Amino acid sequence: MAKITASVFTSHVPAIGAAIDLGKTAEPYWQPLFAGYEFSKQWMKDNPPDVIFLVFNDHATAFSQEMIPTFAIACADQFKPADEGWGPRPVPVVKGHPDLASHIAQSVIQDDFDLTIVNKMDVDHGLTVPLSLMCGQPAADKFEWPCPVIPFAVNVVQYPVPSGRRCYNLGKAIARAVESYDQPLNVHIWGTGGMSHQLQGPRAGLINREWDNAFLDQLIADPAELAGRPHIDYVREAGSEGIELVMWLIARGAMSDQPPKVRHRFYHVPASNTAVGHLILENT
Amino acid sequence: MSLDKPYLDVPGTTIFDAEQSRKGFQLNQFCMSLMTHDNRERFKANERAYLDDFPMTEEQKQAVLARNLNWCISLGGNIYFLAKLGATHGKNFQQMAGSMTGMTEEEYRNMMIAGGRSIAGNRFVGEDGTAQAQHQPQGTSTANGRL
Repeated sequence: MAKITASVFTSHVPAIGAAIDLGKTAEPYWQPLFAGYEFSKQWMKDNPPDVIFLVFNDHATAFSQEMIPTFAIACADQFKPADEGWGPRPVPVVKGHPDLASHIAQSVIQDDFDLTIVNKMDVDHGLTVPLSLMCGQPAADKFEWPCPVIPFAVNVVQYPVPSGRRCYNLGKAIARAVESYDQPLNVHIWGTGGMSHQLQGPRAGLINREWDNAFLDQLIADPAELAGRPHIDYVREAGSEGIELVMWLIARGAMSDQPPKVRHRFYHVPASNTAVGHLILENT
Repeated sequence: MSLDKPYLDVPGTTIFDAEQSRKGFQLNQFCMSLMTHDNRERFKANERAYLDDFPMTEEQKQAVLARNLNWCISLGGNIYFLAKLGATHGKNFQQMAGSMTGMTEEEYRNMMIAGGRSIAGNRFVGEDGTAQAQHQPQGTSTANGRL
């Protein structure tokens, strides 16, 4: 049987991808940020997953206003890095896991969560930046990510976006789906986006360090209570784009009910406009 | 019953809800078209002619030509769509976000390095934080909102 053994939470700021792609990671501005992921890269090597279930949001890349799925599971065998306007990131094509993805889709949909199934999709910085942060730059002679990835896109761009409670319960359904898959796969689930940031209007640049850290505390210790927090709290306290944090509740919901082991915790301001938060939790 | 909008009292913030989305559909469709190199080049070669291929309002076209992101957002644009326009002009997200505050690029960057904009006074319209209407524009930029 497949099993979710760990969850990873991280911001997915596009400028982090650009810093990696342009070789700027050692610059004074970026060095403290990347230092916070040194542990994580080693942890990935020491605890390699067979598959990563990667929860992210599409930033008006694969999904325009023409179609806006609230939850979309990608079942293709590969996904190209998207051209978001600056040209595609020079990172490997993301290999999917169609068999497990289709199994999860079937299980979760029959468990009353109406997912959209996607069979062709380019993936933007929301998915590739977390891979870069956790896996580092793939070597030129082995230009690939370390394992297959199932992209799972959540609408947090156009309102209404899903509630924290819905996300948390969906995570539980995903865990049930993984556990009913008949291959012995080690699965990691990642929740990405956030933390506090606002990219628009006169309030652009908002950072709320205290709120972010309280969110991290509660995500670890009492996610069921955190899941009840209404959208307006995220918007008011963590900025209009801070709403991305509801996605972290999907990954947290997919963890066991036992208190997790906190393997790593990191927080840094700023990366471009954004507060970067990062956690690695292991199931106990 | 109309849409519940509990976010209208957050200062300096426009939530991309169904109403904004309806207003901005053609503007945002134009932005999506800039996701190919060829279209970006065609747009830059003649912005007005390129825009005239889209059934946008004249004001939306003027806002794009003015590279004024606050104006675009007021007409239904959303930052993740408008980012394609910014990218076409060689700008990053920090430059885009900063352009909406009245700060120069350096002033905005320094605010972020110093820990970002404080939440104090910026939760509700009517308080006295930096994002409130009475404190606009915030910096010394002379670009008048142009990216």
